[in-house]
Amino acid sequence: MQTVSSLIPSLAYAELFPNGIDHYAIGGLLIGLGVAVIYLGTGIIAGASTFLETSLSYVSDVPRFQKGKYVASRDWRVVFTVGMVGGAAIYQAIFHGEIWTTDVQWWRLLGGGLLVGIGTRIGKGCTSGHGVCGVGSASFTSIVNVATFMTIAIGTAQLMQAIGVGVSP
Amino acid sequence: MSEKSSGKSNERGPLFMLLILVGGLIFGFGLGFSQMAKPEVVLDFLQFEDFGLLFVMGGAAVVTGTTFAVATRLSGRAPLTGNVYTRRLKSFDKNVLVGGGIFGVGWGVSGICPGAAYASLGLGNYLILFGISGMFVGAYLQGLWRKRGADTTNPTTSAD
Repeated sequence: MQTVSSLIPSLAYAELFPNGIDHYAIGGLLIGLGVAVIYLGTGIIAGASTFLETSLSYVSDVPRFQKGKYVASRDWRVVFTVGMVGGAAIYQAIFHGEIWTTDVQWWRLLGGGLLVGIGTRIGKGCTSGHGVCGVGSASFTSIVNVATFMTIAIGTAQLMQAIGVGVSP
Repeated sequence: MSEKSSGKSNERGPLFMLLILVGGLIFGFGLGFSQMAKPEVVLDFLQFEDFGLLFVMGGAAVVTGTTFAVATRLSGRAPLTGNVYTRRLKSFDKNVLVGGGIFGVGWGVSGICPGAAYASLGLGNYLILFGISGMFVGAYLQGLWRKRGADTTNPTTSAD
């Protein structure tokens, strides 16, 4: 009896989390810690997607990108993003020692990225801005945004799978 | 403690930039460690093959939530800027739904979002440059559209 009762949850666990949960949870805590360090030192709540338009302010005259708050934050957002690239590179060097590349097709990255770029700017944030910082702020707006993009993304990914566009052909 | 900048808001001294860099390094390391920097892992989550991503976003939100909750109850100001500690609260309107929906389609097609895409580049994943290029083009197009719409419609709340 004891084996049966202990077997069922572990089976469910293995099905839901085939790769375990440790690295997911630890990685998530570190992502939160990165935001917290910046916040405690500066009061700034750092999301990742505003980097897109603040960087465009270096090269575009479109008034939209020349707004004061974008110009004022563009330098530190470059540093923040360089840090993100560097942090992941350090992880990869320590734990793997060789580069990793995706099997997701280039047209999916390009087309999906285009929609992500449009959607985060219309929707006032992304996975880190709304999903981590906004949800962490118990913001109604962010919770609704996350519920929306989660639902739509699940539907989209399942549809892609259903019509036979796998991760790698 | 009072490294408060006296001049322009974008000149905050070397300590400010150093802290931003350290925060970014931890953030990016976490994105690597959590595997979220791999689009495959995100797509596995969205296809219900591995729910581990819930722990990435949940774990991160618990840390930020705790930090924000504690800091906003303190009367102090951030040492490097003098900023007041606030929560991230954006106004709600239909753009939140429209933008979230478009973002959701993009995330579901590609498995990438901005932070994870930058970190993916750090893994050596040069192919992610397709995705990052797409994001810049998308943000630029949205900026152009908003500029055009701004003349005729009500001013919309800006994204951040």
